[in-house]
Amino acid sequence: MSTVADAHTSEHSLEQNHDHHGPAKGWTRWLFTTNHKDIGTMYLIFSFGMFLLGGTMAMVIRAELFQPGLQIVQPEFFNQLTTMHGLIMVFGAVMPAFVGLANWMLPLMVGAPDMALPRMNNWSFWLLPCAFLILVSTLFMDGGGPNFGWTFYAPLSTTYGPPSTTYFIFALHIAGASSIMGAINVISTILNMRAPGMTLMKMPLFVWTWLITAFLLLAVMPVLAGVLTMMLMDINFGTSFFDASGGGDPVLFQHIFWFFGHPEVYIMILPAFGAISHIVPAFSRKPLFGHASMVYATCAIALLSFLVWAHHMFTVGIPVAGQLFFMYATLLIAVPTGVKVFNWVATMFRGSMTFEAPMLFAIAFIILFTVGGFSGLMLAIAPADFQYHDTYFVVAHFHYVLVPGAIFGIFASAYFWLPKWTGYMYDETLAKTHFWLSFVGMNLAFFPMHFLGLAGMPRRIPDYALQFADFNMVSSIGAFLFGATQLLFLFIVVKCARGNGEPAAANPWDGAEGLEWTVPSPAPYHTFSTPPEVR
Amino acid sequence: MSEHQEYYVPEQSKWPIIATFGLGTTLFGAATIMVDGGQGASTSSGWMIFTVGLLLMAYMIFGWFGSVVRESRAGLYSPQMDRSFRWGMSWFIFSEIMFFAAFFGALFYARVFAVPWLGGEGDRGSSNMLWEGFQATWPLINTPDPSLYPAPKGIIGPWGLPLINTILLVSSSFTITVAHHALKAGSRKKLKLWLGATIVLALAFVGFQAEEYMHAYQDLNLTLQSGIYGSTFFMLTGFHGAHVILGTIMLTVMLIRIIKGHFSADNHFGFEAAAWYWHFVDVVWLMLFVFVYVI
Repeated sequence: MSTVADAHTSEHSLEQNHDHHGPAKGWTRWLFTTNHKDIGTMYLIFSFGMFLLGGTMAMVIRAELFQPGLQIVQPEFFNQLTTMHGLIMVFGAVMPAFVGLANWMLPLMVGAPDMALPRMNNWSFWLLPCAFLILVSTLFMDGGGPNFGWTFYAPLSTTYGPPSTTYFIFALHIAGASSIMGAINVISTILNMRAPGMTLMKMPLFVWTWLITAFLLLAVMPVLAGVLTMMLMDINFGTSFFDASGGGDPVLFQHIFWFFGHPEVYIMILPAFGAISHIVPAFSRKPLFGHASMVYATCAIALLSFLVWAHHMFTVGIPVAGQLFFMYATLLIAVPTGVKVFNWVATMFRGSMTFEAPMLFAIAFIILFTVGGFSGLMLAIAPADFQYHDTYFVVAHFHYVLVPGAIFGIFASAYFWLPKWTGYMYDETLAKTHFWLSFVGMNLAFFPMHFLGLAGMPRRIPDYALQFADFNMVSSIGAFLFGATQLLFLFIVVKCARGNGEPAAANPWDGAEGLEWTVPSPAPYHTFSTPPEVR
Repeated sequence: MSEHQEYYVPEQSKWPIIATFGLGTTLFGAATIMVDGGQGASTSSGWMIFTVGLLLMAYMIFGWFGSVVRESRAGLYSPQMDRSFRWGMSWFIFSEIMFFAAFFGALFYARVFAVPWLGGEGDRGSSNMLWEGFQATWPLINTPDPSLYPAPKGIIGPWGLPLINTILLVSSSFTITVAHHALKAGSRKKLKLWLGATIVLALAFVGFQAEEYMHAYQDLNLTLQSGIYGSTFFMLTGFHGAHVILGTIMLTVMLIRIIKGHFSADNHFGFEAAAWYWHFVDVVWLMLFVFVYVI
């Protein structure tokens, strides 16, 4: 080992003493870091920044929709806002937030010294700011940014897209590469870095759900890359994948996109399932009900997610046999999801429950995600979907699974693990205020959208008929409340991170279990250099 | 785990951030070239950006892989690290398979659904009203709108160059396996010989593929622009060809490392990773040969 002598000594200075030192000094620490905690922190900060950016766009959208008529933005720009809001929230806010949580928690939960491939881990993160710099810059290019919706259906995005579409394609390629490398790291860490004695069925559920999520990412992000590449070729090199006059088919785009897109929605929710499965037992002071059935339900959801993509496309004219297949397969997903909801409720049943902020968010998650799941079942019924398709009912549905689903899951996780990250307790009163304002604002914003959709208001329009005015105003007020409340979250986290709060014990929660609570709070820069023994 | 060897967590590294700048610059440059080209500009500042990006990427690849090679040779990698690399490479190849799956999916969809429907078949045959009289055939030797997508005059038959290429690639899978066995047996001379043979077969494949493309473009008018047949044909074979070239570069690097005396009989994951990749490229070709050329 001592024979290594070359120009890159700085890279090797670590060899002798690499477990007894803290973070590097100066700002370059963040550029060059290989530490899973540093990288997790950067992911979380980045995703929150994107959440605010995408949220600001949502605020402009809701301001425009506050009353009928065109007041604030032109329809062309409105379309760019809805597109960018969706892209930023999906690829910039929700996915990176879960990767950030994975980076922080997976090595702690499985007793590993770091992620399996630490340098690639850093690359996965830094590609994201790069991707979103390019993506957001398209707004300032000739012809504006992407304006075809986050689903970028051909031919809107190919024949009729703005010139900046090519930049959009490469930006998503970079974000996809980041996701693929992140998933490779997660899956290798889970499969190879577990402490001795931690068998697969002993793995905590956040680890399990991330294992499945990583598999889904590896299976579908390349498919997204494929469909983006076909678009790129159709736009710039004269191929005819999505052009019927050359023998292709625009519907082909939708098939490939949703083959990616449907597993993608589970990518955005499964890690939240995992986190909730830690939080509910901790605050019920009972072990999780049905650990094994949770694992099997997660696997079942993941497998079914590959067989349901065309339920997004009932109205394009696919054959009746296809509609029936995709309808029944979709309805089947309610079974494993129901198992999960049942298990969470059964965990709470007769528990000694307390209602700190993580638990409040977790309970709201269970109830409101179920509401979103039910509207999903309504949409899955093919004949009914002919009525709901492309209305605000769809918008209500996916915001119910993403906001009180994914986002509340992230908030719950953040409050649950903040003491471990910072070494201090957050301000419980402010956190509860954050919860209740978010809860009220979010329901006020999205519940009326169900009624708007059922009454026939189409999605992605800047103006609407007069009879939709009242509900839209309520919805906008709720959205402003929800949006403003998130600044309170920023304040709470900054306050906690700056050490303004009670010092946290190694395990600040009565009922929390797992290796992550055996290390001090804040977790030292390097943990588990020697793996713990799990019995 | 009494024999536990500490897992190697590398010190701070500059390579990931260089790789980020490299990839971002390369792709931003590529996009600029394409957008400028689409607007009819004769020159593009994109070329400059693109070239800078490529140089950064090359610098990064030499530097990053160089570090990994040095660390590996210094014995810093435990058996557990070796398994991390194996899982990482396996899942990377899995993601590559899914990338090709998207293009195979497009091929099957066009062939089984889109083209017959355009020809008036089935529930959706009404789309035949768009281009009345369009005859659905596969290979698609007439397109619905020849003024936009001029049809090819012919296609590449399977039993000429494609068959030769199949034989070349399948043989190369054998030669690399022989080389691997030689490495494990410690006979370096045999190893160099068979690995060299693999690279020669790979280069021959690329050469024949280039000849086939020239034939298609110059004699058959089979191009990217000649409808969905040309689109799927060139995208599938083109991405495969790109992977063959990448695999050949990997194998060449392995040969150089072997000549420099790297690898031992029981520690040579770099070589194995390249071999795995090569087998993956080979299997994809067999799928291509069957579904693109023969059937």
